[in-house]
Amino acid sequence: MSSSLVQSKSGPNRPVAPFRRHEPGTQPDSLYPPYRATRLRAPSQPLILLPQTLSEVTGPVFGHSSVHPNDRDLTLQHASEPLGERIIVRGRVVDGDGHAVSNSLIEIWQANAAGRYAHAKDNHAAPLDPNFTGTGRTLTDNDGFYRFVTIKPGAYPWRNHDNAWRPAHIHFSLFGPAFVTRLITQMYFPGDPLFAYDPILQSIPNERARERLVSKFDLETTKPEWALGYRFDIVLRGREATPFEREER
Amino acid sequence: MDLTPTPSQTVGPYLHLGLTDARSLSRVAGDGTKGERVWLTFRVLDGEGAPVPDAMIELWQADSEGNYGSAVGSDGGTPFGGFGRLATAENGSCTFETIRPGCVAGPRETVQAPHINVSILGRGILKRLSTRLYFAGEPANDADPILALVPENRRPTLLAQPNAARPGNWIFDVHLRGQGETVFFDV
Repeated sequence: MSSSLVQSKSGPNRPVAPFRRHEPGTQPDSLYPPYRATRLRAPSQPLILLPQTLSEVTGPVFGHSSVHPNDRDLTLQHASEPLGERIIVRGRVVDGDGHAVSNSLIEIWQANAAGRYAHAKDNHAAPLDPNFTGTGRTLTDNDGFYRFVTIKPGAYPWRNHDNAWRPAHIHFSLFGPAFVTRLITQMYFPGDPLFAYDPILQSIPNERARERLVSKFDLETTKPEWALGYRFDIVLRGREATPFEREER
Repeated sequence: MDLTPTPSQTVGPYLHLGLTDARSLSRVAGDGTKGERVWLTFRVLDGEGAPVPDAMIELWQADSEGNYGSAVGSDGGTPFGGFGRLATAENGSCTFETIRPGCVAGPRETVQAPHINVSILGRGILKRLSTRLYFAGEPANDADPILALVPENRRPTLLAQPNAARPGNWIFDVHLRGQGETVFFDV
């Protein structure tokens, strides 16, 4: 118990620069009954507003020493190439002020081209591909850019409701600079007819916010004679203006 | 470019593929880290009290002197990174090994009691749930500025309880919904 009584060396309570709160409607509500699993897993009590402290504005630097070059090309992780449509997914990670989030870990995971995950609990009657695990990681570069090579995942059924199918998607996990900038989301593909029927995407109230999860076909990223390119930019929370910056404006 | 932050989505049931197993971190503090060694067992329960077997817990904590190691690598290269990550097992639980954090500077002249910042992700969780683990019986809890924001009758949901049978072991139940619902924060 003695250790916990040691005073912090972090100094005489420097004020912390907090991160901006989300605009209403731009993030999903925790409870969205059409997504059945939320009914027993979403809190029923309102969240308690927490003024950000050192605990919230700091965050882990994770994964840097263990990212391999092959981790960002999901088609090179086995003896042969996986089946399916090879694609390039590229984008930029910035904060709410448009500043690059550089040198930060991105983790992705996805189903194979047939809509099957290489996961023991996925029993969808679609083939596994021995040449595809569906897991990738990379660090953003100095300008916040990242790039993955993978195959386009298939749609798959998920029993949430009658004839329920998830639109094709890639899961994305990002840390950013602080505990409060942690983001886990999903990237979708343009024009998917399943969007309107997907309660996970539809759980985001604001239509423009939903559209932000849909990647765009990108000719610039597309590599001739080789693979289509999709662009998916990601925005993490930015800091509130400091009093000094406000005066400047 | 629209700079509204990107919306969150659930990790889904196959989170293990990309985030855990080989990428798990059950030891937040390596050998030789200064501080009182503790083992923290989390149990995640749903609105009917059933264990949640497809959740993931992430921890972020200060060292024994109350400093966050944000500039330090967290995955084995250094003895203390302050970050932990584990998926829950079929019984809804997982156990981290770490050290008890020190007090952390709080807003203005306050001091925050030793606590661990906790994220809960999982199937059916559309956006990350944030809570804090405090240690039952810690004298500094009484002056903690964040605990003071929580209605008194709900504060016990944030207190890990010592496991009397196993010294150094603590249990923290996360009730996602309903009876005994854990306090979650808008951070």
